[in-house]
Amino acid sequence: MRDFSRRQSYWNTNITTIQLLLTVWATVSLVCSILIVDLLNQIQFFGLPLGFWIAQQGSILTFVGLTFLYASEMDTLDQRYRSRQGESEPKAVSKQEIGE
Amino acid sequence: MPTEVWTGLFVGASILMYLYIGWSSRVSDSKGFFVAGQGISAIANGAATAADWMSAASFLSMAGLISFLGYDGSIYLIGWTGGYVLLALFLVPYLRKFGKYTVPDFIGERYYSNWARLVAVVAAIFISLTYIAGQMRGVGIVFSRFLQVDVNTGVIIGMIIVGFFAVLGGMKGITWTQVVQYYVLIMAYLIPAIAMAMLLTGNPIPQFAMTFGDISTKLNQIQVDLGFAEYTQAFANKSMLDVLAITTALMVGTAGLPHVIVRFYTVKDVRSARFSAGWALLFIALLYTTAPALSMFARYNLVNTLHNATIEEVQQLNWVQKWEKTGLLAFEDKNQDNRLQLTPDETSNEISIDSDIIVLSTPEIANLDPWVVALVAAGGIAAALSTASGLLLVISSSIAHDVYYRIIDPGASERKRVFVGRVMIAFALAISSYFGMNPPGFVGQVVAFAFGLAAASFFPIIMLGIFDQRTNREGAISGMLVGLVFTSFYIIGVKFFDMPTWCFDISAEGIGTLGMILNFVVTLVVSRVTPPPPPEIQELVEDLRVPEDIVTEEPNLAA
Repeated sequence: MRDFSRRQSYWNTNITTIQLLLTVWATVSLVCSILIVDLLNQIQFFGLPLGFWIAQQGSILTFVGLTFLYASEMDTLDQRYRSRQGESEPKAVSKQEIGE
Repeated sequence: MPTEVWTGLFVGASILMYLYIGWSSRVSDSKGFFVAGQGISAIANGAATAADWMSAASFLSMAGLISFLGYDGSIYLIGWTGGYVLLALFLVPYLRKFGKYTVPDFIGERYYSNWARLVAVVAAIFISLTYIAGQMRGVGIVFSRFLQVDVNTGVIIGMIIVGFFAVLGGMKGITWTQVVQYYVLIMAYLIPAIAMAMLLTGNPIPQFAMTFGDISTKLNQIQVDLGFAEYTQAFANKSMLDVLAITTALMVGTAGLPHVIVRFYTVKDVRSARFSAGWALLFIALLYTTAPALSMFARYNLVNTLHNATIEEVQQLNWVQKWEKTGLLAFEDKNQDNRLQLTPDETSNEISIDSDIIVLSTPEIANLDPWVVALVAAGGIAAALSTASGLLLVISSSIAHDVYYRIIDPGASERKRVFVGRVMIAFALAISSYFGMNPPGFVGQVVAFAFGLAAASFFPIIMLGIFDQRTNREGAISGMLVGLVFTSFYIIGVKFFDMPTWCFDISAEGIGTLGMILNFVVTLVVSRVTPPPPPEIQELVEDLRVPEDIVTEEPNLAA
C-alpha cells in the first residue's frame, strides 16, 4: 500500500522551500533591481548607487546562492526521507524503488 | 611573434582539440547520442551548460550593449541569469526524474497526446532555428574577424568543425567539447578584463574595482558633461514597465529554452541535476558579473581618450588605427574644429562606435601581449561553436526522436535511430549554414522571438505539468497555442508591420511575459472545465515529484 501522507509531506516541505526562495528571487530581481531602484539609488553602496549595484552585481550573486541553497536544502530533505529512522516513522521501512 | 601567428596557433590548437574530443567520444547507441548516456557529473554539466548558454553575442556584444545602455543594460544581466533559478526550482529536478530524451517527449507523455507532442516539436524547432540562424552568422563573423577570411568561408569552416563532433559524438561529443570550450572562453574573457581593471583602477578584480572604486562617479560626471544621462541613472532609455516586462520575458524564456533544458537530462540523477543548475549559474556568473565592470571601464576609457582629442592624436593610438580599418570605429569632424566631439545628438556626434569593439579592443587598449588578442579570438570561436552545437542537437532530436521514433516508426532499431539522428544533425546544420551565409535581414530582430516564444509556450506547460496534477491535455494544447499565437502576432506586427505597441507600450522583446501569463490562465481554466487527466498520468506526476531513491512506500506486509 502506498503511503500518500509521507509522500505528501515530502512534497509540502519542497513547496515551502520553493516559495521562500522564490520570494527572495522576486524581491531581488524584480523589486529591488527594477521597481524601487530609484529609491535605492539614493543610498550609496561603496562606489556605486545601491540600486544599480543590486541590478548589475548583487542580483546575480543572489541567484547563484539561491540555486545552491535549494540543492543543499533538498539534499538534507532527501536524507531525512531516505533514512530508515524518519522522525514520524514507527518502524523500519524497506528500501523500495517507486514507480519503476 | 606577431598577433596573426599567435591567433593561428591558438585557434588551430583549440579546434584540433574539439575535433579530437569529438572523435574520442563517438557513440553508437541512442541514449549516448541524445543524452550523453546520462552519466555526466554535476560540475561538468554545469560547465557545458554555461558554454551552451553563452553565445558569441554574450561573449562579444553584451558588454558593449551594456556600456551604451548603462543601468538599462541590466535587463540582459538579470534576465539571462535569473532564469536559472526558475530552472532549478521548477523544472530541472523533475525533468531529470522523468528521464526521457527531449522536451516534446515530456509534453507528449504528460499530456498523453501526440498532438501536444507535435505542437511542442514545432515550437522547439522554430525557437532553435531562429536562435541558430544568428549563431551560424556569428560563427562566420568571428572567423572572418580573427582569421581575415570571408564571412561565408568562416561559416563553412564552422560548419565542418561543428558537423564533425556533433554528427559523430551526438550529445556526448557536444558535452565534452562544450566543457573545454567553457574554459577557453572564460579565460579569454577574464584575462583582458583583469588587465583593464588593473590599468584603470589599480584593482585587479573587475567586480571589486567597479564596486569599491570611484570610476562610476567619474563616469557619471563625464556623461552629464557631454549631455548624456548619468551612467547609473535608471530608465534612461526604456520605461520601468518595459524593463520589467523584458527582464521577466528573458528570465522565463531562458528557463523555457529547449537547448538549455535538455542539458540537464544528461546528468546521472535528480540530486546532480539540482547541483548542476547551481554550477551552471556560478560559471555563467563569472562572466556576467565581469561584463558590467568591463562595460563601465571601456566606456570611461573610450570617452576619456577620444572626446575632444585632435584627430592627429587619436590616429596615433595603435588600437584606433586597427579598429578604424574594420569600420567598427569611425570619425567625422563635422564642425571642422579639428577636434572630435562625442554627443548624444546624431547630427553633431563625431565619433561612432560599434558595440562589439568594447570586448574586442580591450587587450590592445590595456597593452596586453599579442597572445592575449589571440586568446580572445579562440574564446569568441569557442562561444559561437558551443552554442551552435547545442541548438543543432535539439533540432535533430526533435525530428529524429519525437517525430520519427515516437510517431512514425516506434519499432525502429537502435542503429536506425542513431542513424536518423546523425542525418538530422547534418540536415539542420545545412539549413542553419544557409541562413548564416544568406542572413534574412531580420536576424538581429528575431532573437526576441526565441525568448518570447519559449516563455509563452514551454515554461508554463512544463511547470504546470509537474506542479498541477489537474492540468490536462485540452488545457495544455490550448494554452500553448494561445501563448504562441499571441506572442508571434505581437512580435511580427511590431517588428515588421509597424504595429503600435498597443499593449501598455511593451516592446516586442518583453511581450513574452504577457504571452506566458495568457498561457497560464488559459491552461488552468480550460483544464478545469474539461475532464481530468487519466489516473496513470496522475500517478506519473506523483512519481516525478520524488527522487529515485526516496522511500515513500510502506513495506508491503503481505509480501
